[in-house]
Amino acid sequence: MGEMEQLRKEAESLKDDITAARKAVQDLTLQDHVAGTAVVGRVQLKTRKTLRGHLAKIYAMHWGTDSKLCVSASQDGKLIVWDSYSTNKVHAIPLKSSWVMTCSYAPSGNMVACGGLDNMCSIYNLKAKDGNVKVMRELAAHTGYLSCCRFLSDSEIITSSGDCTCLLWDIETGTEKTVFAGHLGDCMSLGVAPDFNTFISGACDFTAKLWDIRDGQCRQTFGGHESDINAIGFFPNGNAVITGSDDASCKLYDLRSDQELITFQDSSIMCGVTSLAPSLSGRLLLAGYDDFNCNIWDTLKAERVGVLSGHDNRVSCIGVTPDGMACCTGSWDSFLKIWN
Amino acid sequence: MSSNSTLTTMRRTVEQLKLEASVERIKVSQAAADLQQFCLQNASKDSLLVGVPAASNPFREPRSCTLL
Repeated sequence: MGEMEQLRKEAESLKDDITAARKAVQDLTLQDHVAGTAVVGRVQLKTRKTLRGHLAKIYAMHWGTDSKLCVSASQDGKLIVWDSYSTNKVHAIPLKSSWVMTCSYAPSGNMVACGGLDNMCSIYNLKAKDGNVKVMRELAAHTGYLSCCRFLSDSEIITSSGDCTCLLWDIETGTEKTVFAGHLGDCMSLGVAPDFNTFISGACDFTAKLWDIRDGQCRQTFGGHESDINAIGFFPNGNAVITGSDDASCKLYDLRSDQELITFQDSSIMCGVTSLAPSLSGRLLLAGYDDFNCNIWDTLKAERVGVLSGHDNRVSCIGVTPDGMACCTGSWDSFLKIWN
Repeated sequence: MSSNSTLTTMRRTVEQLKLEASVERIKVSQAAADLQQFCLQNASKDSLLVGVPAASNPFREPRSCTLL
C-alpha cells in the first residue's frame, strides 16, 4: 500500500502545482480588461421560420456547411434534413432505433449521422446513386449511449458516449481508430476545433477536456462546474471553450492561459443549460435552458442582452449557421425555429 | 485483482496530471486581449449582432408582390 499512498500524495501535489501555475499567469482578469468596453445593445431576434414535421421531442440539430440545409433528430424515430430557407423537407429518414440523442451533418453535405440509446453511431449516405437514403455504416463499440457525434470528414467521425469515453472512427472500415479515455462520468457533448487538430468533451464528472485527435492524449482538463456539463463548444477563434451545465451556468475557459476566465450566471436562472452556440464573432453566446427559453449573453461582459422565447417546452439544441446569418433552436415541443 | 488495477489507474492519473501541469500558459491579459480583438475584428460580419437588412435576409419573404 506504500506506493498507493505515495501516488495519492503526488497527485494532490500536482493538482496544487496546476492551481498555482494558473494563478501565476493571472496578471489581470477578463473583467478588468473589458472594464472600459460597453455592453452590447439589447439583441432582439425574431422567429423567421418554424420547421414543422416532427411528431415528438427534438433532441438534436446540426447545420450543414452551406448554412441553408440542416438536420434534426427526434424521438419520433426520424432524421429530417430541412431546407431552412423554404422550410421544405429534403429528406425524412426513418431510424431503426427511435431513441436518438444526437445528429451531425458531414462538412461535405454527403452524409448525416445519428445515435442514442442503441449505443451506435449510424451513418447515412445522402448522395446514393439510386436516390434513396440508406444506412452506410453502423459504428458499434461504445458500451453506453451515444450522446454526441461530429464528422471530421467523409471518412472520420468522433463520438462521445455514456460509457465515459470518446472514439475516433474510420467510417470506411467501420472500426475505432482512437479511444479517448479519462473522464470519470458520462460524456455528454463534444466540439471539434476550427483547425480539426483537437476536440473538447464535456462530461458528468463536471469537467471539460481538450484532446489531441491524432495521438489520443488529453492535453488539458477544466473544472469549476458544480454539476454535469451538458453542452460544449469552441469560441470561434479556437482559443477558448464554452461549457453549459446543470448548475445553471455557462463558463468560458481560455486554452492558452489554461483557466476559466468568465462565468455566465444570474440568480434568477435556476435551471440547467441544455445547449449553446456562439455567434460568428464570438461576442454573443446563445444558450438554451430547461425553462423553455434561450438566453443571449454578451460573451465579454457576461451580461444577458436578449432572450429567445417562443418554445412551449425545453430548448434541447441550438446552432448558429456557419455564415453567422441565423440561429436555429430545437425543442421538446417538436418544433425548430430559425431566428435572426 | 482490484488492488492492481487501482494502482495502474492511479499511476495513469499521476502521469496525466504531470502532462497537464507541464502545459505552457500565456498571461491572462494576453488571452483577454486576443478574445476581445477577435470579437471586434469580426463584429461587422456578425449578423446576429449587427442585424441583417431585410432585402439580404435569406430567411425573410421578399417584400415585392405582383397583383394578378
